[in-house]
Amino acid sequence: MAIKCGVFKTTYEEDSAIWQTKVSKFWIALLLIVLIAFPFVFQGSRYLLYVCNSVLIAVIAAIGLNILTGFTGQISLGHGAFMGVGAYASGYLMTHLGMPFIVCVVVAGCVTAIVGMIFGIPSLRLKGLYLAIATLAAQVILEFVFVRWRAVTGGSQGMLVPPAQIGGFAFDSDFKFYFLALAFTLMAVLIAKNIVRTKSGRAFMAIRDRYISAEIIGVPIFQYKLISFGISSFFAGVAGSLWAHYIGIITPEHFNVMISIQYLSMIIIGGLGSIYGSIMGAVFMTLLPEVLRLISGLFSNQYPILVNIFGAIREGIFGLVIILFLIFEPDGLAARWKTIQNYWKLWPFSY
Amino acid sequence: MKQGRIREEVVMSGEEITLSFGGITALLYVNFAVQRGEIFSIIGPNGAGKSSLYNVINGFYKPQKGRVFFKETEITHLKPYQIARMGIARSFQNIELFKHMTVLENLMLGRHIHIRYGLFKSLFYFGPCLKEEVQHRKRVEDVIDFLEIEHIRKKHVGTLPYGLQKRVEMARALCLEPEILLLDEPMAGMNLEETEDMARFIIDVNSEWGMTVLLIEHDMGVVMDLSDRIMVLDFGEKIAEGTPGEIQQNALVAKAYLGESDGAFLGR
Ligand SMILES: Nc1ncnc2c1ncn2[C@@H]1O[C@H](COP(=O)(O)OP(=O)(O)OP(=O)(O)O)[C@@H](O)[C@H]1O
Ligand SMILES: [Mg+2]
Repeated sequence: MAIKCGVFKTTYEEDSAIWQTKVSKFWIALLLIVLIAFPFVFQGSRYLLYVCNSVLIAVIAAIGLNILTGFTGQISLGHGAFMGVGAYASGYLMTHLGMPFIVCVVVAGCVTAIVGMIFGIPSLRLKGLYLAIATLAAQVILEFVFVRWRAVTGGSQGMLVPPAQIGGFAFDSDFKFYFLALAFTLMAVLIAKNIVRTKSGRAFMAIRDRYISAEIIGVPIFQYKLISFGISSFFAGVAGSLWAHYIGIITPEHFNVMISIQYLSMIIIGGLGSIYGSIMGAVFMTLLPEVLRLISGLFSNQYPILVNIFGAIREGIFGLVIILFLIFEPDGLAARWKTIQNYWKLWPFSY
Repeated sequence: MKQGRIREEVVMSGEEITLSFGGITALLYVNFAVQRGEIFSIIGPNGAGKSSLYNVINGFYKPQKGRVFFKETEITHLKPYQIARMGIARSFQNIELFKHMTVLENLMLGRHIHIRYGLFKSLFYFGPCLKEEVQHRKRVEDVIDFLEIEHIRKKHVGTLPYGLQKRVEMARALCLEPEILLLDEPMAGMNLEETEDMARFIIDVNSEWGMTVLLIEHDMGVVMDLSDRIMVLDFGEKIAEGTPGEIQQNALVAKAYLGESDGAFLGR
């Protein structure tokens, strides 16, 4: 049975494949090689690897938030705190209960998913701004718990978390951790992609686009909203766990409301309702402050008197860039990428 | 033509359905019973309560009084999604589609209640999940073929002309493979050719697929041609019920429609 459209496909399997042409398979393979070769080339630069690891972890968390906010249409201002739940849970499981890393990260994800679903209950009644406030409350409550439940979290002193270890191999350097983070990120991308192109993902989008229609075709809206909160928080929990085992010491400030807002900005800039958008947004938002720091560092060397001012200017530019992005790329980086792609697909006849 | 198609089995019925919004009475003690295999039309002037009756049937509105049954089961207090799962699908007067999705995506969503694989299996996609996806995709393609919308499969619904959107909405309802199909003014805003196509589709789902159809429609020609029985509502009350022939003879019905500016009913 043939399906007519731009690229000719002959089976339904092919029609629903993620990468639809040999060419895109080639690019994916190339990208993988680059990603794997990268740390070998830059093995010397701990800073660069640190930035990369931060990006990889951010990608996982951003994908999680995008499933909830971009695909299901439920805004959340508690994503940072959910990462914290995963981080503390994982750290506690390892230091107090002596569980191996792989168990820690999975259980931490599950614990976070449950916490996320509990705080997702208000979404039964609340939408838009009201839900934003309710999830902000979740953020505040969880931060309070991080600070006050000293027996588990170590309070504002923080919690020491040992490095990740799989089968006796410790991921205890930036270089080693990179591969762990990369593996988790690739898995997260694939799983997210599979979720959004199957039953649950379609139900999420149905709820986002038109909840009356969603109900009429038999989608239990509340149940799927909770599932979405669960999945989203699971990703946050896994990201938090990785972060904890990477950075070695976690304090409540790592998971404050600014982090939640930053993740929201990531998915808006990258593109709501797009997995690739989450990746681009996470890369952009994590790299931008680093690039600005680099630039202001260069300037400060030349004009030492201006060091203090450059700090402030950096923050300002960061905000400005985001605002400019929202004005000129309101559909996100993913949409821009699509137009560029389409342009090249038809090249050289792309006028 | 109609021999053997209709069976002596009530698939849907309403008992004394009464619904009001503040001071406005939308439905008043409405009784009805639909038999398996019928095309059962509901007509009446604007604001008579036809769409409200659908909203009661599929659970969007809860009536102050009365009960709705699907076969022997009372469904009055079930949620819309539960009623959809039992086998009742509908289209809306003001199209309720996912406008930013493609036709295909809309129709795959219509398969939602029939998809068996769980979240866990979908994480891996390949294997049982993909196999089932392909099966459902085939069912969707059957519906696409049936309603002759092959050419717009990959189009975003919002970009389609009104008549086609109406057809896509019916397609999505058919993807649920319901026992009962509720259509709310499926021909509204269509030209003659589109109306004829739609009439043909309704006859075909009814006679070939054996689906029971409830039809709200203002085009009296269509209603008289398609219906097995017709119920007439006026100001929320049922004023008549019978075969098209009986309804055309009914003095009360004629009177209710006399108020209509274009005399739509008597015109025929
Ligand atoms: N959600 C609502 N809130 C308030 N009043 C409503 C609501 N829904 C329907 N009504 C009122 O109930 C009455 C019946 O409306 P309904 O939409 O069922 O009429 P209808 O027979 O479908 O008319 P039409 O042929 O114009 O579609 C109208 O007076 C309408 O204003
Ligand atoms: Mg109506």
